[in-house]
Amino acid sequence: MADPDDYLIKLEDAGVKRDGRRLVEGVDVTLRPREIVTLIGPNGSGKSTTARMVTGVVRPDFGRVVRRPGLRIGYVPQKLAIDWTLPLSVTRLMRLTAAHTDSEIDAALDRVGIRHLKRDDVQHLSGGEFQRALLARAMLRKPDLLVLDEPVQGVDFSGEVALYDLIRALRDETGCGILLISHDLHVVMAATDIVICLNGHVCCTGTPASVARSPEYLKLFGERAGSALAVYQHHHDHTHLPDGRVLDQAGHVQSVHEHTHEHHDHDHPHRGHDHA
Amino acid sequence: MSTMITIIRIGVTTMLEDFFVRALIAGSLLAIVTGPLGCLVVWRRMAYFGDTMAHSALLGVALSLLMEINLTLSVFLVAAVVAGALILLQRRQALSSDALLGILSHSALALGLVLVAFMSWIRVDLMGFLFGDILAVSMIDLGVIAGVGAVILGVVSVFWRPLVAATVNAELAEAEGMRPELTRVILMALLAVAIAIAMKIVGVLLITSLLIIPAATARRLSRSPEQMAVMASILGVLGVIGGLWGSMRYDTPSGPSIVVAALILFLLSLLVPQRLIRALG
Repeated sequence: MADPDDYLIKLEDAGVKRDGRRLVEGVDVTLRPREIVTLIGPNGSGKSTTARMVTGVVRPDFGRVVRRPGLRIGYVPQKLAIDWTLPLSVTRLMRLTAAHTDSEIDAALDRVGIRHLKRDDVQHLSGGEFQRALLARAMLRKPDLLVLDEPVQGVDFSGEVALYDLIRALRDETGCGILLISHDLHVVMAATDIVICLNGHVCCTGTPASVARSPEYLKLFGERAGSALAVYQHHHDHTHLPDGRVLDQAGHVQSVHEHTHEHHDHDHPHRGHDHA
Repeated sequence: MSTMITIIRIGVTTMLEDFFVRALIAGSLLAIVTGPLGCLVVWRRMAYFGDTMAHSALLGVALSLLMEINLTLSVFLVAAVVAGALILLQRRQALSSDALLGILSHSALALGLVLVAFMSWIRVDLMGFLFGDILAVSMIDLGVIAGVGAVILGVVSVFWRPLVAATVNAELAEAEGMRPELTRVILMALLAVAIAIAMKIVGVLLITSLLIIPAATARRLSRSPEQMAVMASILGVLGVIGGLWGSMRYDTPSGPSIVVAALILFLLSLLVPQRLIRALG
């Protein structure tokens, strides 16, 4: 992974300004094959602008963007509202930016589990079904890089977990790089290799665990945010963060074998902050 | 064999000498062109935009008379300039889009009317420009409509996928290597050309109805963008035939009669149950 030439796209000290105001600056990001990178940050922190620099919709005013020659991008936009006046079936949506054969489309829809909806109008799909359709459409292009802007919008919690699992499986199968944009911290961080925390500039970068511990991250999202990741990590590898309050949250979820920690925590002087 | 061809040729020539037949063909050709264009206008919510461009056509008429240049060319140029001005003004976002459209639409129309009135040395049939004069379509007009219409249809079909993709989501189209800004300019230019050739047939005030009404009717009867485009053309042609027949039968003005016929088709389409279309589509 450390090979410096093995990249899909590199943002070097990149930034964008609009009407004299800097939307985002000093962004250093390298996207590589087989790597899932997540941009998190509050609203207006420059996540979408950074993603637009990656897709080429926005040119950087500072720094530069280096693309691997011939890079093919698949894109799932945020808030795709399709006007009722446009009759658009799922199959026609698959052919939006390129021609594909019926069998290719069937296979793509099959992979995301909505082949039975191929003749339906996109306006009749649920939030989760629509996101899956958009994902299938982007994958049909056999992209080197998949850019997903808020891919779990309008999807309930269990659907969210399933969707991130699917995204990871698609990465494993195709070897494409993935850039995720999210303001939700719960599931997305644990589904990721590298997290980049933005707030007009890059606050911190690293593995989900290291970002969740970093003071910049905790300042941006509040101390409770750290617990969201702990919950998920706990499910998977049973490692515990040394912070007592985090364990308190985890204790509520994993109530059975966390009892000792929970009792211990009752005496913790900062416990009251948890419920603030 | 050659006598057959001669007979057919004479037959066609005599037919085309009939002003009613010329009107029918000119109107139908125009409706075929406005079908897919109208769908794009409806999908992109550009109805008012199209109206503004159409109203500016009268300014084009005035300028053509004033500077003695070709009418169709002048109308096209003015409509294109107005469209360009709109895009630039919208980008500055000083005023809301609909306020801007309102200002440009009506001031272009008023400016055209005032300019025409000033030119007291020219006798102008203003009604002809406002509501069209399809029964006065000449052989040359017919040739222009056929030629220009074929070019418009050709460009639309070459750029159809990017046009639809940019309609669904411009950012997505651009991220995946298309150029939505260019497709937008192409669409504007095509609309300006269509307005220039449509003015004679339905008039400045009614051009947009030929774009909007058949497309809106087609929406209820189609299941894909392509179906809707073809359906809009067919419905437009039916509107032209129905309207011209009505104007003959009841001695009503031809342009408005075509619009009324298109409206009747739209109202009838509301009666078709959606389930039937889904089953057939």
